[in-house]
Amino acid sequence: MTPKNFPLVVNGEKRPVTAAEDETLLRVLRENLDLTGTKYGCGEGQCGACTVLVDGKPVRSCITPAATAVGKPVTTIEGLANGDKLHPLQEAFLAEGAMQCGYCIPGMIVSAAGLLKRNPNPSEAQILQAMQGNICRCGSYPRILAAIQRAIKGKTS
Amino acid sequence: MRTPVEEFLEIEAERYELAEGPMYRFGIARRDLFRALGGGLLVFLVAGEAQSLLAVPEAPQQESGGGARRGGGGGGNNQAPPEIGAWLHIGEDGIVTAYTGKVEVGQNARTSLTQAVAEELRVAPASIRMVMGDTDLVPYDAGTFGSRTTPAMAPQMRRVAAAARERLTELAAERFAMDKNSLIVQNGKIQHPATGRSVGFGELTQGKKLTATVSADAAITPPAEWTVIGKTLPKVNGADIVTGRHKYTSDLKRPDMFYGRVLRPNAYGAKLASLNSAKAAAMPGVTVVRDGDFVGVTAPTTSAAEAALEALEAKWTPPATPHPSAKELYTLLKTPVEGQAGGGRGDVNVGSVEEGLNAATKKLSATYTVAYIAHAPLEPRAAVAEWQEDKLTVWTGTQRPFGVRSELAGAFGIGEDRIHVLVPDTGSGYGGKHTGECAVEAARLAKAAGKPVKLVWTREEEFSWAYFRPAGVIDVTAGVGADGKLVAWEYHNYNSGTASIRPLYDIPNQKVMFHNGRSPLRQGSYRGLAATANHFAREVHMDEMAHSIGVDPLAFRLQNIKDERLRNVLVAAAEAFGWSKTKPVTGRGWGLACGFDKGGYVAACVEVAVNPKTRQFQSIERVVTAFECGAIVNPDHLKNQVDGAVVQGLGGALFEAVYFAEGRIGNPYFSSYRVPRFRDLPREMKTVLLDRKDLPSAGAGECPIVAIAPALGNALFAASGTRLRSLPLLPKKGAA
Repeated sequence: MTPKNFPLVVNGEKRPVTAAEDETLLRVLRENLDLTGTKYGCGEGQCGACTVLVDGKPVRSCITPAATAVGKPVTTIEGLANGDKLHPLQEAFLAEGAMQCGYCIPGMIVSAAGLLKRNPNPSEAQILQAMQGNICRCGSYPRILAAIQRAIKGKTS
Repeated sequence: MRTPVEEFLEIEAERYELAEGPMYRFGIARRDLFRALGGGLLVFLVAGEAQSLLAVPEAPQQESGGGARRGGGGGGNNQAPPEIGAWLHIGEDGIVTAYTGKVEVGQNARTSLTQAVAEELRVAPASIRMVMGDTDLVPYDAGTFGSRTTPAMAPQMRRVAAAARERLTELAAERFAMDKNSLIVQNGKIQHPATGRSVGFGELTQGKKLTATVSADAAITPPAEWTVIGKTLPKVNGADIVTGRHKYTSDLKRPDMFYGRVLRPNAYGAKLASLNSAKAAAMPGVTVVRDGDFVGVTAPTTSAAEAALEALEAKWTPPATPHPSAKELYTLLKTPVEGQAGGGRGDVNVGSVEEGLNAATKKLSATYTVAYIAHAPLEPRAAVAEWQEDKLTVWTGTQRPFGVRSELAGAFGIGEDRIHVLVPDTGSGYGGKHTGECAVEAARLAKAAGKPVKLVWTREEEFSWAYFRPAGVIDVTAGVGADGKLVAWEYHNYNSGTASIRPLYDIPNQKVMFHNGRSPLRQGSYRGLAATANHFAREVHMDEMAHSIGVDPLAFRLQNIKDERLRNVLVAAAEAFGWSKTKPVTGRGWGLACGFDKGGYVAACVEVAVNPKTRQFQSIERVVTAFECGAIVNPDHLKNQVDGAVVQGLGGALFEAVYFAEGRIGNPYFSSYRVPRFRDLPREMKTVLLDRKDLPSAGAGECPIVAIAPALGNALFAASGTRLRSLPLLPKKGAA
């Protein structure tokens, strides 16, 4: 497979990579760019641990070709905080203790960030529906839901 | 009444995965290099007066042992090292480093053990660094399982910290030339209030190792005086989790690291007949390894390793005996295994069941079945292995770092003192990560590649090549008298296991037996082990009995429970639920269950809704759980564990099952193995925690999972009139 150049823009920075032409966005992020916050959970887009935002929309990077992310801003968990200032969702997850092993959490936060971008004030049912693709095997769903709701309430914009 | 050691040994019987022979033994020539490891040896000075050696109160062979030097030595005796310095170090800067063989898999042991040290040492939790599961640095530990961290490791850390506190006080007294009783310890300093003199811990130790010994009766703080334990300390590395900074094993990168893949047989029991690896070996950067039946590849990227794996041409010989079909499962499980009449462990024989049943006014027999389920930890098995000279370092997400070290030693024929296992805080385990297959495989690949290798199992591998919670068949016969009291209980558990097999009900005639079965699938520990199956069978049978004699399920249980702690959780759950206050409306049904495991007590009341016409399950409306495990260490984290276990337990209760056919797992993906998701949440979940400061703290990692399945089954019966006796309660239609 001939290697290809992907002039990606990740978390606001130009991050060009060279990888196999059919390489997934997940692997490019994790292996080429060492952005390991985004996780591998299943490789079939079923668990949401690999969620990143491409052009503000949540995608399952494990089944997304890196090629499709060229020319669009990519946001990973590492890009949500503003320096030392955490994103409201990150703060809300901490305040609610919404985690156990933590492995699903970056995907949860990014999925939720994507939801709130398109719908800043979702109902509980809309949150559950939007987050249905993210698995938490430890069972922290109630707290994650509470964290998302907390972030919604606390948002000033 | 069993002793803690007896109970612990009983737990061990079901850990089949630990009793298996080694999966791999590689033909690597034994090196004749025995390099003495510097840096780990402690100069052992007993400070003057005789101090009693640390006695680990429970299960001495299993917990917190290790030689005189940090890192447990080359596997010698497993007694807990008696000197403080093996467990705790205070740097010149006052930073406290604590060492424990327990690991963090999401149960928040890192935080609870930090609290234990902070409490006794009187330091801020933020000044504590907890080193967990690093075999070169921490005392030997058998493993993070059995809900043992809270009842055994935490008291140990508290004794260590208390001993350190006393030693520091002595040192300060010497320094100030004052009576140590006039000094107080607080905030990392020793102070003499009368004169205002004060000295920090770091200044006292000058960063030197603490060589005083820990005594078994070190003055630890009673629960009534706790200021750190018993409070909710937030997860100590939470910020690293929400920012993605925390590196799980699967995130680690070593210089010049390659990626591995392992070739799996096309079915269980298949043997490699031939392998053509020419195409794969020709790929750039690829190394192909074949060692006996082990075949794997390494490559510069995961994708390249995958491509190399696909390029291998392997032919497999099917096993001589075909792998059993899932249809035969329960028959197989009931087929006696030679030489095993009863299981031995867990068996109960009290009074005469025959007489009891003869005297009973109502008898009931039923059979219950429980499917295999998978742990499905969200981080699959992963390992990074690196050989340097003849030292092997492996990072891996395991619940048994020292166990994995032994596995590696056995696989490669080298001494444990040449192996270093480290466990980053791991993406869960639930009892499913006790074995070190991935670590051994990664090490073998690294050896061949001559580079560090990262091996991360695919989700399919994690579903197929690990081990499952045992399936089981349980036959129950019970009898009650005219007064509604149980008079006889006969209980046979086939294959599932002995955890919580003994009823806590007050029954004069009991025969309880465990029977080993012929499991077609590899099985082992799971969260709660067989307590999930045994509570399902027992609590559904109790419900069946209650209904058959026309007695309310709550009243029936209370009538037959003497155990005060079990009564308390049952009453607490029922009260919070409103069990006796009102009745369910049409289309709704209520069910309850209670139980115990590993020193904890749980009860659950559930309301389900069914379709009014078809009476099919529609939704879980309410779940109320009451839980008690002695003195609460961290209220919020305890609630997190209880709720998490209940949510996870919904899966095993309703829809989780491993399907297999022709030696392959039929549903080895999240798309085909259904786990609880956001929309499976009950409409309302309420948790009542009972805090018993008068009782020692027990663990809570497992017990809370045992009541939800029977409570759900009983609620479904109440709502629909259909009695379900199998887990999962609502299997996929048409599944094997």
